[in-house]
Amino acid sequence: MASAAIPAHPATERTNYLTNGFSVKSWLLTTDHKRIAVLYLISITLFFFLGGFFAMLIRLELLTPASDLMHTDTYNKAFTMHGMIMVFFFLIPVVPATLGNFLVPLMIGAKDLAFPRINLLSWYLYVLGGILITHCMLTGGVDTGWTFYTPFSTAFTNTKIIEAGLAAFVAGFSSIFTGLNFIVTIHRMRAPGLTWNRLPLFIWANYATSLIMILGTPVVAITIVLVAVERLFHLGIFDPRLGGDPLLFQHLFWFYSHPAVYIMILPSMGIISELITAFSRKRVFGYNFVALSSVAIAVIGFLVWAHHMFVAGISLYAAMVFSFLTFFVGVPSAIKVFNWTATLYRGSISYATPMLYAFGFIGLFTIGGLTGLFLATLGIDVHVTDTYFVVAHFHYVMVGGVLMGFLGGLHFWWPKISGRLYPEGWAKLSALFVFVGFNLTFFPQFILGYLGMPRRYADYSHMPEFQVLNVLSTAGSSVLAVGYLLPMIYFVWSLRYGPLADANPWAAAGLEWKTASPPPTFNFDETPVVTWEAYNYDEIELKEQKEVAVG
Amino acid sequence: MADSHATAVETAAHNPALLHHFADEQQQKDAASLGMWLFLVTEIMFFGGMFCAYLVYRVAHFNAFAAGSQQLSIGLGAFNTAVLLVSSLTVVLAVNAAQRGKRKQLVVYLVLTVVLGLTFLGVKAVEYAEKFEKHHVPGASFAFTESFDDNGKHIPVNPKEAELFFSLYFAMTGMHALHMIIGCGLFAGLAVLAWKGHYTPGYYTPIENAGLYWHLVDIIWIYLFPLLYLISRHS
Repeated sequence: MASAAIPAHPATERTNYLTNGFSVKSWLLTTDHKRIAVLYLISITLFFFLGGFFAMLIRLELLTPASDLMHTDTYNKAFTMHGMIMVFFFLIPVVPATLGNFLVPLMIGAKDLAFPRINLLSWYLYVLGGILITHCMLTGGVDTGWTFYTPFSTAFTNTKIIEAGLAAFVAGFSSIFTGLNFIVTIHRMRAPGLTWNRLPLFIWANYATSLIMILGTPVVAITIVLVAVERLFHLGIFDPRLGGDPLLFQHLFWFYSHPAVYIMILPSMGIISELITAFSRKRVFGYNFVALSSVAIAVIGFLVWAHHMFVAGISLYAAMVFSFLTFFVGVPSAIKVFNWTATLYRGSISYATPMLYAFGFIGLFTIGGLTGLFLATLGIDVHVTDTYFVVAHFHYVMVGGVLMGFLGGLHFWWPKISGRLYPEGWAKLSALFVFVGFNLTFFPQFILGYLGMPRRYADYSHMPEFQVLNVLSTAGSSVLAVGYLLPMIYFVWSLRYGPLADANPWAAAGLEWKTASPPPTFNFDETPVVTWEAYNYDEIELKEQKEVAVG
Repeated sequence: MADSHATAVETAAHNPALLHHFADEQQQKDAASLGMWLFLVTEIMFFGGMFCAYLVYRVAHFNAFAAGSQQLSIGLGAFNTAVLLVSSLTVVLAVNAAQRGKRKQLVVYLVLTVVLGLTFLGVKAVEYAEKFEKHHVPGASFAFTESFDDNGKHIPVNPKEAELFFSLYFAMTGMHALHMIIGCGLFAGLAVLAWKGHYTPGYYTPIENAGLYWHLVDIIWIYLFPLLYLISRHS
C-alpha cells in the first residue's frame, strides 16, 4: 500500500513517514498522525522550556528572603505564567498529543486517527493559543495565578486577563478535538481481533483521558467566556456586588481543572504499564483492574473538585462528602501502583533508561498521591492550604509523575519515532540527575509548607529561618534543569549519529513494534490481525527459546 | 483479510468520498457519526455551565428572576419556538431527500432550514432591540423599575439581581444565537454542495451530521424558552 503510493523510490530504501516529503509544506499541511505528533513534540518542548524559565526565575527569587530579584508584582506574573504555560501548554497536551498521537493508531493497527484533518486543526489551535499566551506575556502578562479567581480577575486586576483566557480557551479546544479523535478511533478503527480486553493499557489510559477532555474542557471554556464577558460588559455573573457568587466560579473552574490533573497523569500511567511489562518480561498483573482503574479514575475524578475549596466557605457537610470522595479516588490509583509492583515480582527485570523512569514514577507518584490524602483530610487541609505543602504535593504528581512518565515513554519509543537509538549511558546519567534534582527541589517544600511558608509570596524576610530549605530547593532545581537539558541534547544528537534501530529494539510486545522503525506513512503494509492477548511476553519468550533450540 | 483489504482499495477507487485510512464506507460513516455525537456531548457540557449558573441564581434571587422573566415577550418566544420546531422538520426532510437521492428536494429543504434559522435570528434581534429601549441591557445604563407581579401582588425587587437575570439571559440566548448563525452558514454551504450534486444515497453523512447539530441547537432552545420566558408565569 505505502510502496504503491510512492513508486518513485526504489524498494531497497523504503520510504517512511519522515522521508515522505521534505518540504515545509509537507509538514505544515500533513494529516499524518505521526508527523502531527512530531510537530506537537517540538512545540510542546518549546513551551516546556519557556515554563521552566519562569520556574527558574521563581526559584532564584526565593533564594533570599527579601524580594530582591524582582518586584512583587513581577513575581506574581512570573508564577502565573509558569502555571499557565505548564498546565495548559505542557502538562495537559504533553502525553496525549505527542506519544498518544503517534501511538494510538499504531497500537490498534489503524492507518491513521479517524479525523486526520481535525487532528491537524488541533495542532494549529494549540499553536494559536501558544502565540496568544506568548503575546500576552510580552505585552504585560497576567497576575492572578493560573486559576483566574474572581472577583480579583474580573473586577480588580488590570492585567491581560481576557487575552490569557482566550489562550486557554483556544488551547482547550485543541484538547477537545484530540480527545474526540481518540475516542472515535479507539471505538471504530481497531484491527480485526483486537478486542477491548486485548488493548494495550496505554490505549485504555488515553481513552479515559479523552473522556475527561470532552466532558470537562467545555465547562472551563464557558467559564472563561463568562469571566471575559463579565470584564468586558460588566455583567455580574461572579461579582458579589452585582448579586453574583465568586464561589460559583470556583465550582465551575475546578469542575474542569481538578479532572484536568487526571488528564495529565492518566496517559503517563498508561506509559508506565507499557514500560513495566516490557522490562520485566511479564504480562501485567491484573490486566482488567489496571484497565478499568483508568476509567474509574476518570469517573470518580469528576466528583472531587470541591476539595480545592475547603477553606473557601462551602458547607461543612459538602466538604465532608468531597473529602470522602477524594479518599475514594485514591483507590484506583493505588490499584495501579500495587499491580505494577506485583508485575515486577519474579519478572526478569532489566534496568534500561525507560525502566529507571518507571521506577522513579512509582516512587514519586506514591509520595505525591499519599500527600494528596493528607490534603483530603479536612483538619490537615485547613492547616496547609495555600502553603508550600500543596505546591510540593502537586509537583510530586505533575513533575514526579507526568514528566517522569513522559520521559520514560519518550526514551522507550524514541527508536520508533526517529529510527535511531539514543546513547544509553548519557540517558541513565540524565535520569539520575532528574531523580536527584527533583527530590532535592521538592522535598524541602513539603517541610517548608508544613512549617507554614505560604505559596505565591516573593518575600519571606519576616521568616528568615526558611532560607536554608529554600536554598536547597533552588539548588535542586538547577540539577533538575541539567537533567532536562541533557535529553534535549542527546536526542537531537542521535537523530544524526545514533545507531539505526530495527523494528523492535526492546523485543517488546505490541503492534507498534511489528512495523518498521520509523513506520511507513500508512503504518502497516497490511492491516494486522490480532490473535493474542496484550503483553504476551510468556509466548514471546517461549518462541525465542524454541528458535535458540532450533538454531 | 487480504481479500477485504483488496476490496477496500477497489471501493476507494470507485468512491472518491472514501478516505484512505478507512477500511470501508460503513466504517467511515460510523466514525463520522460517533464523532458528531461526541461533539454534541461537549456542547451539552458547554451550555451546562450556564444552565448551572442560572439554576444557582434563580434559587438565590427568585423574585428578581421572576420579575425579569415577566419582562420577556412570550408571544415572540413562542413564535420562535414554533419556527425552530418547523426547521427541525425541514432538516429531517432534507436528510430523507438525501437518502432517496432527490437532489432538488434536498436543496429546497436545506434552503428552507436556512430561511427559518434567519427568521429566528430576526425575531431575536427585535427582542434584543426592545431590551435596549427598556434599558434592560446589563451595564452602565441598566435600569429596572418593574416589580414581580405575583398574582396581582406587586413585590419590589433589587435591580442588581434583575441585572443578573438579564446578564444570564444575554449570555445564554447570545451563545445560542451564535450557534444558530454557525448552523445557518453550515446549511447554506451544504445547500451549495448539494446543488452541485455532492451527495448521493451512498454518501450523505455531512447532511446527517449537520442535522444532528441543528437538532441539538433546537433542543437547547426548547430548554431556554421555558427557563427564561415561562417559568415564572403561573396562574
